[in-house]
Amino acid sequence: MQVVVLVKQVADTAARIKLADGKQDIDRQSASLIVNPYDEMAIEEALRIKEKHGATVWAVTLGEAKAEEALRTALAMGVDEAARVSAPASDALTVARALAQAVREISADIVIAGRSAADDEQGQVGTLVATLLDWPHVTEVTKLEISGSEGVAEREVEGGVEILDFSLPVVVTTQEGLNTPRYASLPGIMKAKRKEIRQIALGEDVVGQPVLAVRSLELPPPRGQGRILTDLDPAQAAKEIVRILHEEAKLI
Amino acid sequence: MWSWVALTAIGPDYFDVDSLLTEEERAVRQMVHDFVAAEVMPTVGEDWLKGRFPIELVRKMGGLGLFGPTLPEEYGGAGISQVAYGMIMQELERGDSGLRSFASVQSGLAMHAIYRYGTEEQRRTYLPRMAKGELIGCFGLTEPDAGSDPGTMRTRCRRVGDHWVLNGEKRWITSSPIADVMVIWALDEEEKVRGFIAPKGTKGLSAPAIETKISMRYSATGDIVLEDVELPEELRLPEAKSLAAPLTCLTQARFGIAFGAVGAAMDCFNEALDYAQNRIAFHKPIAQTQLMQQALVDMLSLTTRSQLMALRLGQLKQEDRFNYTQVSLAKRDNVRAALQTARMARELLGGNGITTEYRAMRHMANLESVDTYEGTYEIHTLIVGRDITGLNALG
Repeated sequence: MQVVVLVKQVADTAARIKLADGKQDIDRQSASLIVNPYDEMAIEEALRIKEKHGATVWAVTLGEAKAEEALRTALAMGVDEAARVSAPASDALTVARALAQAVREISADIVIAGRSAADDEQGQVGTLVATLLDWPHVTEVTKLEISGSEGVAEREVEGGVEILDFSLPVVVTTQEGLNTPRYASLPGIMKAKRKEIRQIALGEDVVGQPVLAVRSLELPPPRGQGRILTDLDPAQAAKEIVRILHEEAKLI
Repeated sequence: MWSWVALTAIGPDYFDVDSLLTEEERAVRQMVHDFVAAEVMPTVGEDWLKGRFPIELVRKMGGLGLFGPTLPEEYGGAGISQVAYGMIMQELERGDSGLRSFASVQSGLAMHAIYRYGTEEQRRTYLPRMAKGELIGCFGLTEPDAGSDPGTMRTRCRRVGDHWVLNGEKRWITSSPIADVMVIWALDEEEKVRGFIAPKGTKGLSAPAIETKISMRYSATGDIVLEDVELPEELRLPEAKSLAAPLTCLTQARFGIAFGAVGAAMDCFNEALDYAQNRIAFHKPIAQTQLMQQALVDMLSLTTRSQLMALRLGQLKQEDRFNYTQVSLAKRDNVRAALQTARMARELLGGNGITTEYRAMRHMANLESVDTYEGTYEIHTLIVGRDITGLNALG
């Protein structure tokens, strides 16, 4: 069984970011980069499938050479193989076409992706890959069981849980609550260093033309100073807060 | 364009030391950083107050390969670089000096003593299990009346037939109350220092805890009492033939402390900077005052210098062309710098700074111990002083 995890390298959610010149991307040179947290859950789930049923787990990313750091992290966590796809892809559709081609080349039985990336939060790629492959697809999975060529996935829905049966091959995306990703271990880091990363180069004939373009990104406005009401008794203060929320903030 | 601000989650890194690390060293640092952020930071303040060592973390740390990581794989190590080892220490001490002390003693003292001075059988019996965190080690050298002058130790060993009898008392032994394997140093009848492995449960061996510490409360510290403890010849470390043996182990541990202190200082700086930017007094952030900016810049300066010295020391050690006197200078300076940084951070935090809800005073209280143990600031001064003048002023 081949399990492919789709991995994206994103800016560290704990660090401050800057926009690149032209405002169409973040400044990736200055950003501290990590594996997208939802993708870490995907890696963990793939490793659990491997430990339970036996499988070869692949981590696949699309990006520049620097993105191989994310693959090394996946290898250090225990992934068996890694591949970097390079392709002229810019929007979710072209990225998905490239990744779907990589999934075909690896002959995957299960594809696990994060529900969305912590940077652009579009949440399109997993679903588009499933569509392009014409495979069953379960989004935002909180529990996953595989047995033979069948599987059961749970998802949280308003007020309850939805339980879905499917047969392989399948594409699933991860949701909080699925698992707690393991840490890379030191022996894992040392082994990851020596591992060769497969290179998959794809052209425009495979990925096609993008259908979306980023016009510009804006950072959120800096948080203003708070306001403190003084010299009012509680009743007056309450009245004044209601007035501010209604007339100035227009929140109520 | 490089920006140091983006790195504050794991920094500060004002001189982009990051780019001097290998990819593997950065990966090790990130992994330990994440581990400490998730497993230590949320509870360390409360546990420290209770005087509780987080024993549940020992096997987790072992599982990640954090003990004896520079040793060959056959003994449970991962063969990582000296700088990567330093990064482990830095990130553990960003959490708490007590946690780093535990790792220093396990790896640098106990495992190192067995690796360097033990038999092949002793190595295979103890090291893999110590690497996994299944066995906890400690290192019994210091005594109530022998600290800076370990050569005057009173613990004695006497050969009787095919075994040895040990008597004496050790003090200030990190991890002794929880240790399964105690490395003990004792003088024989010819006044030669010999080393032994004393397993927990041996008759006459006990390790009462020191409960009155107001420093290093996230660490188990105790005595070791030896009353006619009988150990077979097979538990003696045969390659240890003089005081040089335990002193060599200390150099190993001090090397880690030079990096660890940087982690404590970084945490204090980050906390102080964040506090100063958000704490409003006289209608503006206190960071907008000249006094606070001076304090913050002084802290950054101390921390950055320590970071650079530690890295260079690690590179020299990796190339095996370092001297123990360089380790002395780095331990002395980096710990004192971290202590000064912690004191400034505590002061900057005002009244909030005295609680364990903030980190500075806990680090400060810990660093008072780190400044004293593993060779006091003054002893290291005299070691380096002897080296540069050629004249011995030590005792």
